[in-house]
Amino acid sequence: MAATAESDTSRNPFRRPKATTGFWSWLTTTDHKKIGILYFVTAFTFFIIAGLQALLIRVQLAGPDGQALNPDQYNQIFTMHGITMIFLALMPLSAGFFNFVMPLQIGARDVAFPRLNAFSYWVFLFGGIFIYSSIFLGGMPDGGWFNYAPLSSQVGPDPMAGTIVDAHVSRMLFYSIGLQIVGLGSLVSSVNFVVTILNMRAPGMTLMRMPVFTWMTLVTSFLMLFAMPIIGVALWQLMFDVRFGGNFFDPSAGGDPILWQHMFWLFGHPEVYILILPAFGLVSEVLPVFSRKPIFGYAALVFSGIAIGFLGFGVWAHHMFAVGMGPVANAAFALTTMFIAVPTGVKIFNWLGTVWGGKLTFPTPMLFALGLIGMFTIGGLSGVTHAVVPHNYQHTDTYYVVAHFHYVLFGGALFGLFAGMYYFFPKMTGRMLGEKLGKWHFWLILIGFNATFAPMHILGLQGMPRRVDTYPAGYGWEFWNAVETAGSFLIAVAVLIFVINVVISRRSGVVAGDDPWDARTVEWLTTSPPKPHNFDEIPQVTSRDELWNRKYTSDHGKPIRVPAGGSGEAAHEHEAHDIHMPDPSFFPLVAALGITIAGYGVFTGGIAMAAIFGLGLVVGLYGFFGWAFEPPSEDDH
Amino acid sequence: MRAGGPRLVGGTPRRWQRTMRLGVLLVIAGLIAGCAADAPQDALDPRGPSAQASHDLWNIVFPIAVVVFVLVQGLLLVAVWRFRKRRDDGDELPSQVHGNTRLEILWTLIPAVILAGIAVPTIDTIFDLAAEPDDALQVRVVAKQYWWEFEYLDDEGQGVITSGQLHIPTGRPVYLHLEALSASIPDPGGVGDKTGSVAQGVLHSFWVPRLAGKQDVVPGQTRNLTLEADEPGRYEGQCAEFCGLSHSRMRFQVIAEDPDEFTAWLDEQAQPVEPVDEDADPLVAEGEALFDTATCIQCHAIDGYESPVDGSTAELRIGPDLTHFASRDTLAGAFLENNRENLADWIRDPQDVKPGAQMPNLIEDGLLEEDEVEPLVEYLMSLE
Repeated sequence: MAATAESDTSRNPFRRPKATTGFWSWLTTTDHKKIGILYFVTAFTFFIIAGLQALLIRVQLAGPDGQALNPDQYNQIFTMHGITMIFLALMPLSAGFFNFVMPLQIGARDVAFPRLNAFSYWVFLFGGIFIYSSIFLGGMPDGGWFNYAPLSSQVGPDPMAGTIVDAHVSRMLFYSIGLQIVGLGSLVSSVNFVVTILNMRAPGMTLMRMPVFTWMTLVTSFLMLFAMPIIGVALWQLMFDVRFGGNFFDPSAGGDPILWQHMFWLFGHPEVYILILPAFGLVSEVLPVFSRKPIFGYAALVFSGIAIGFLGFGVWAHHMFAVGMGPVANAAFALTTMFIAVPTGVKIFNWLGTVWGGKLTFPTPMLFALGLIGMFTIGGLSGVTHAVVPHNYQHTDTYYVVAHFHYVLFGGALFGLFAGMYYFFPKMTGRMLGEKLGKWHFWLILIGFNATFAPMHILGLQGMPRRVDTYPAGYGWEFWNAVETAGSFLIAVAVLIFVINVVISRRSGVVAGDDPWDARTVEWLTTSPPKPHNFDEIPQVTSRDELWNRKYTSDHGKPIRVPAGGSGEAAHEHEAHDIHMPDPSFFPLVAALGITIAGYGVFTGGIAMAAIFGLGLVVGLYGFFGWAFEPPSEDDH
Repeated sequence: MRAGGPRLVGGTPRRWQRTMRLGVLLVIAGLIAGCAADAPQDALDPRGPSAQASHDLWNIVFPIAVVVFVLVQGLLLVAVWRFRKRRDDGDELPSQVHGNTRLEILWTLIPAVILAGIAVPTIDTIFDLAAEPDDALQVRVVAKQYWWEFEYLDDEGQGVITSGQLHIPTGRPVYLHLEALSASIPDPGGVGDKTGSVAQGVLHSFWVPRLAGKQDVVPGQTRNLTLEADEPGRYEGQCAEFCGLSHSRMRFQVIAEDPDEFTAWLDEQAQPVEPVDEDADPLVAEGEALFDTATCIQCHAIDGYESPVDGSTAELRIGPDLTHFASRDTLAGAFLENNRENLADWIRDPQDVKPGAQMPNLIEDGLLEEDEVEPLVEYLMSLE
């Protein structure tokens, strides 16, 4: 295997840009753990921004005829809430876990392409900044995250004009080009993770010995690999439509507005699984550890994840039942949508099987994991009702759907991510996240979450459509909207408690040690935080719960603890001076910067356009050429 | 935070867990209670066969969902309670079970069977709802930013065009032909594919929850929907597909009447307007002239209108047809009550009332003086 061959070569880990600590080390890092932490910090910042936008939405809708925002502001804010949460918060939070945890879980020293990994992060960051720079340049995207044509694709007054004067065109370009840049990061990192998982596992770690989280990373990466190009094409088409009169989606010129919907949801539905499967993986790590039992039905969990990945590409049109695709198409997609509930149900039951018969303790990660089971089940059940097409005609595009996908993406994905954050925080920082504040965080967010989103089921069925900036009195919507707004502030308090907890625990949390949870998988074998090279010696894997089996053995069918040192791994302490590690590099950042600069070119015309494209091209090419030809570090040979 | 290493064994989760379950039960209770509230757009309160068909399926699925919900949450609760680590527990580990093939097959198959059971009536209903009913009243529905126009297509009442309020007879299916057109280009009328710039426009969705589910309206194409009301009444509806700044202000009502009343209404609506008698009502007559001079005539049709200025007729269909404007009790996309005050506000500054509306600000454009608003209002209010 390539990984083992490389690690034999004698190279020194510190080169090119020299800093290993401080500001410059973060800009040039190619260490998957540092990049993971960059992802966490950046994504959580975007999460806070999107959360504040959600609060604005709730303030506006707290009562009838809300005056807090005007329609234009409201449309921008609900659009950016969706875009930010999906592309700039949840996806990169998952990416943070992929980066930090997955290589450790498979016993690798880094990902397969460390500089590409850094590049993924930088295009994500710059893409996010690019989209938000729209605030100063004519306003933020305002067509919803789904951005349906032809509302989105209407052509500006003069497609070939020198500069964009029309706010609509500018906003749609920020949407199409911004997401294109961000999506590039997801696409290249998906390749990176697939290659890493398939090629860099520790000796003995067969595919069916991989931890479930790594499996879900693999499935999610394949989903991104196939889904991102679809939205990529659609975004290009949108850009050509709004900027250059491209007519892809304009029915008066032979285009088809429904084409956008098919493209968008053919990406958009797998995207849902891109958001939820990493959380499923995290929960599948947490539940066995705190049940002190192996995961129940490992193979079923893995294969149901794969099945969800495959079927996820066959259900997209259930977002479009009311579009008028005809009864045959609607019936077909009703069936596939019902079918995908089966593997999802398998996961729920296998998690229940995992906790059943265990010896449960309830630290915060376990609470969030159990919370996911409970809350995601609600989202799953309302998901099944979407497949009942004639009733979907009633509840689609209402708050019922808003309730559904928040139970999936908040009660599911975010709860799983929080479980993962509490669980892996000691591995990342060497300190435990405070349990007391953690419990406050969990219970407040559970109550706040349900107060905010459960009433949306009722409101939707009572006829409250989505994406309305106000509603009149007298429709029976006042009470639950007020409850929801109160709930949303409870969520805000809970998130604030989490932030405080992180800040305090980072400095003065209880020192964790290598394996604070008595965990089962090999990432807990190394130090907390891990050394740059992860493992002094790559672990030899002989079973699925490798670490557990090193710690515990079976005595007449009863598991008992192996005496300290009995498994022998402690004897292998040795200095790690001859391990080849990826060198830091400036060039991923430079290349990402070039792409982002070029993105602004589309907003202009004539000489300005040529100049901005030219500058972007020069910077980008400098980045990519430097990347290709930069020397190994001085100490490397 | 305790000294001496992390304390990993949690406290007593039992009370908390109970509170959580109680909360979930309250939510269910709220859901049931919520259905009883006075909500004119309540999808759970069907008043026509189409909405009833959707509701019948809900009545199958919802109880199943509740059973599964109780089962899963119950199992979770029981597991948390029964298998919690107790204070007097030793370090002994639970049995390291890796799975149970028979159980796993069971909980794969049972949901599949339940879903298959749901699928049969679902698909049946999909095809039922898609069929065109016999002997239906044919109505063309045109969605613009941000209002709805209704045009009666049958021989009886042909040419009747109204907006904001769709009148239908009870007990008879109404077959809608829905189109989305540009808000700024004349509508040539007639059902069928629109070509060229006419087809410009954006997506909307036609939704009267108590009568039928949604049907999206797509520029350049014609969609169909069957609507029927069992009882006379006023059924609230609104656009359900995001369509821009005033999406939330794109409302309408379906007014169902006994067939006789409906026929009488249709006859009434088919009548053209009479010229205003200037001596009897000078203010209204001034408004009649302003309708032409203030350029209203360039977007709005009034059947029978003859300009007192130059005799021109009002036929262009860009904005709503105003022939029987005063017979409608809503205004400006059916989200305002139709009264003199609201109408005057609307004419003075349409953008302020309804952001993104296509109607120009005539006063700002110098086409209408402030003191001309009143006569114009009086004229429009005379169009019974």
